[in-house]
Amino acid sequence: MSDAILTTHGLSRSFGGLMAASSVSIELHRGKLHALLGPNGAGKSTLINLLSGELRASAGEIRYKGDDITGLSPDRRSRIGIGRSYQKTNIFPAFTAFENCRLAAQSREPRTLRVFEDALRFEGVCTAARRALEAVGLDNRSDSIASALSHGEQRQLEIAMVLATAPDVLLLDEPLAGMGAEEAMRMVELLRGLAPRHAILLVEHDMDAVFAVANVITVMVNGQVLESGEPAQIRASPMVRAAYLGEDGALAGYEQS
Amino acid sequence: MALGLLALFPLAGSDFYNELVTKVMILAIFALSLDLLVGYTGLVSFGHAAFYGIGAYALGLLAPKYDPANLWLTLAAAVACAGLAALIVGVFVVRARGIYFIMVTLAFAQMFYFVFHDTKFGGGSDGISMNFKPVAAIGSFIPFNLSDANHVYYFVFAALVTVFLFLRTLSRSSFGRALQGIRSNEERMRSLGFPVYRYKLASFTLAGALAGLAGYLSAMQFGFVNPELLSWHQSGNVLLMLILGGLGIMYGADVGAFVFVALEELFSSVTTHWQLLLGATIILLVIFLPGGLASVASRFRRLLIGAPSE
Repeated sequence: MSDAILTTHGLSRSFGGLMAASSVSIELHRGKLHALLGPNGAGKSTLINLLSGELRASAGEIRYKGDDITGLSPDRRSRIGIGRSYQKTNIFPAFTAFENCRLAAQSREPRTLRVFEDALRFEGVCTAARRALEAVGLDNRSDSIASALSHGEQRQLEIAMVLATAPDVLLLDEPLAGMGAEEAMRMVELLRGLAPRHAILLVEHDMDAVFAVANVITVMVNGQVLESGEPAQIRASPMVRAAYLGEDGALAGYEQS
Repeated sequence: MALGLLALFPLAGSDFYNELVTKVMILAIFALSLDLLVGYTGLVSFGHAAFYGIGAYALGLLAPKYDPANLWLTLAAAVACAGLAALIVGVFVVRARGIYFIMVTLAFAQMFYFVFHDTKFGGGSDGISMNFKPVAAIGSFIPFNLSDANHVYYFVFAALVTVFLFLRTLSRSSFGRALQGIRSNEERMRSLGFPVYRYKLASFTLAGALAGLAGYLSAMQFGFVNPELLSWHQSGNVLLMLILGGLGIMYGADVGAFVFVALEELFSSVTTHWQLLLGATIILLVIFLPGGLASVASRFRRLLIGAPSE
């Protein structure tokens, strides 16, 4: 059995009177892909931002490998192994795809104050960047300026940058959004390949993808965890169907499978 | 090529132009130091003259009254003082972003200005006149003589080339690339694990130290310092040089400094209202050439190849 690597306990965040996340307790395990479902405004991105440190928790705590990291800054969290991707593509548009990933990998390089040494001479960093591009299938676009990449390619680059930081925990905010069918399939394969060695939290609206790759699913509504469990359990839950899946018959296709 | 021309210039130029070009090269160092902040780190400082002035005052205050100062010692001290001042100011200001950063750098610079202007510490508003040029003595060996305008020219020239090469090397290093990442997308840099604050502080300190070098050279060339060196006009002028020349392109700062002083000389020889003409020229350049003069080369290249512009 895998141990929980990232856990939250009673994690809450309010914006004025609105509880964007209310007493959320979840566990991420190495080797498991944990999907987060819920309608728009359910608090999924808020939870990711709380875990990555971009939002401060109003209450509750976050533990990573046993340590309380609730007050840690985003950059510290990244360095201890919590990587994230963004729902809205968040890259360095004027740099090449390679440089985007190289910078990401460089954040793991302690000797960055060698101002007289060309950054390209750090072989390990460059290799990590190339591997990350390869993993998402962008290796043939590595010299293209990021802003000139297609939208789908930019989404891939977004993921490649997180991978280049070699994180233990991946927080992925709608990685498939805006990808073509082929790119999405490739990304699902990639996620499947990453799952055994990482703890992944996946926010995704694509139900096919979620039920294809998730080991655990948590459903959120109005900032609260409605239900958490294995895909089969979630699919069968009357509460989930009433609150979310049933609404537009999104679950219909999965009844027989 | 430009470098070769600069190197040969004293052979052809008159004393007046020699001194003018020396002054321009010092301003180019100053502009380069600001480019590290504005063009590479994305920190628009409106108080950079403070460190220029501190470098200059360091020489003014350290130079003995009846003996020449030692060039190397006072130079090192000036750079160290400006760098230290920048580090202390930086601790407070680099937390601010955007317009707030502009305002707090301006506020700090004004504080330094009034310290020198309103106290007797640095001679008040009259400043300090130095009776001797610094001597470049290493033990008893004196490699060059700064009382000779040509020697001053070449010493400044060497400093400019050194700073230029240093910053070019820096911009390609891991550190320099991280600064450019911060300029491009600070939020993402942080989520990738970069301690953005520390990088900005390092950049601010280094830029301050280099501005101090430029200020020192200016004090050395003219033999006096006054509070105007730290004034916000000076901070504004060096920003204009950068905008004229082009941000984030190394030779942009140099081109900007040359063009700025050339325009200043040209217009002030035509009319006493030269600042009006200078302002109008800058407005036109910013509107029609937003990348600065240094972008002309790449624009021309794109035109020839027929590639689309950004």
